[in-house]
Amino acid sequence: MTTSLPELVSAHPLLAGLPGDAVASVAGCAQNVAFDPGDLLLAESEPANTLYLLRRGRVAIEVHSPGTGPIVIETLGPGAAVGWSWLVPPYRWHFDARALDAVGAVAVDGACLRDKAQADPALGYELMKRVAGVLLERLQMTRIRLLDLYGTGSAR
Amino acid sequence: MPADLARAVRADTGSGGDARPGVMTPALYRVVGRRAETDDVTTLALAPVVGGPMAFRSGQFNMLTAFGIGEAAISVSSTPHEDGPLRHTVRAVGSVTRALCNTPIGDVIGVRGPFGTDWGVGDTDSLAPVDASPSGDAPVTGGDFVVVAGGIGLAPLRGAVDELVARRARGGGRVFVVVGARAPSQVIFHDDLEAWARAGAHVAVTVDISEPGWSGRVGLVTSVLGEAGFDPGDATVLVCGPEIMMRFTARTLIDDGVDPNRIRVSLERNMECGVAWCGHCQLGPFLLCRDGPIVPYAGIVAHLLTQRER
Repeated sequence: MTTSLPELVSAHPLLAGLPGDAVASVAGCAQNVAFDPGDLLLAESEPANTLYLLRRGRVAIEVHSPGTGPIVIETLGPGAAVGWSWLVPPYRWHFDARALDAVGAVAVDGACLRDKAQADPALGYELMKRVAGVLLERLQMTRIRLLDLYGTGSAR
Repeated sequence: MPADLARAVRADTGSGGDARPGVMTPALYRVVGRRAETDDVTTLALAPVVGGPMAFRSGQFNMLTAFGIGEAAISVSSTPHEDGPLRHTVRAVGSVTRALCNTPIGDVIGVRGPFGTDWGVGDTDSLAPVDASPSGDAPVTGGDFVVVAGGIGLAPLRGAVDELVARRARGGGRVFVVVGARAPSQVIFHDDLEAWARAGAHVAVTVDISEPGWSGRVGLVTSVLGEAGFDPGDATVLVCGPEIMMRFTARTLIDDGVDPNRIRVSLERNMECGVAWCGHCQLGPFLLCRDGPIVPYAGIVAHLLTQRER
């Protein structure tokens, strides 16, 4: 059974609960995509133009280091969202994102979504609330990781 | 001097006609094996110099003595009722623990215990210490069992996971093991993790910092809980690790729908006597060597963990 784009959009935790017209609006900017293991979803310094809503498979957020190869900053799984730099200028990716498994995702065009949010402030506010929630959670997790809780002599 | 303390002192000093060693007298245990888990964590295998194996419950601890240096409270990392030596997994963070970690095979250390409450997943299903009457806390029953361990916090949970996996083989609830570590080289008990996965447990390992060659998860344990696959509406969760990690893990679990009354944490304060005499391990109304280390998270513990200590 084929699932429609609006159904895929409304099923993702980031956008679950959005009103029907908002779902349709977001789905109008979206398409279903798939990546093989090892494929790059996005690359550092390239134009940032896509929000990926992960449906299956894991993605590694990486930074390339000469001599050591990619360093994994974080891994994200189904239900997570990947790619935020399309939100704010200069719309450039800061890291790489690589598929660790076969990845299925909904790819939402960032420019399309920005334009719709600009035209419909209610949609824009709803999206920003949800994005802010994810970014807050990621910031808090990053701060906790900086504490190095498992290190000797660190804050416990 | 209170009568019970006086009796204990007489017993301990061999006076008053009672020749049995008291609770403050370490029994001698010989190191019969040692394993380097990481660059600063060692598992010691111990055998009593005199007498039979120690009876204990998963989650309890012993006071280990490095003679001439001091004592440290170390959780038992063996599985209750399993054949073989008594195991303790020690991280070298001070003079006593460094000495314990460096004890060669054949040398003798002291062991007092076991002390404290347990995870409540053993055959007798009680949160009470071995020698005490049942506490009245609800025994662990059905549903999913989730074990969340941070760093060396997996050591006090190892026996409990073994018991839960054995129970699962007899038709008990599903077992989920989520382990967090600083880096891949700091993950302990690799063999156990693989064995539990082969036995049907859902095992997930995540690290804070990746290392070359690591293809696993990178992120906090809390980021893994949502995809672990257990039923939050019918889950018992055992959490052990740094206290900050336990606080955040418990909150995340509750936000995801886990009943706070079914979350158990392992708390630690300055365990010194191990028998509720010295008061150094006090946390609010609890003396953790007696009323812990395993305590239910709900209620006063959740409140105490947010108190800023002076």
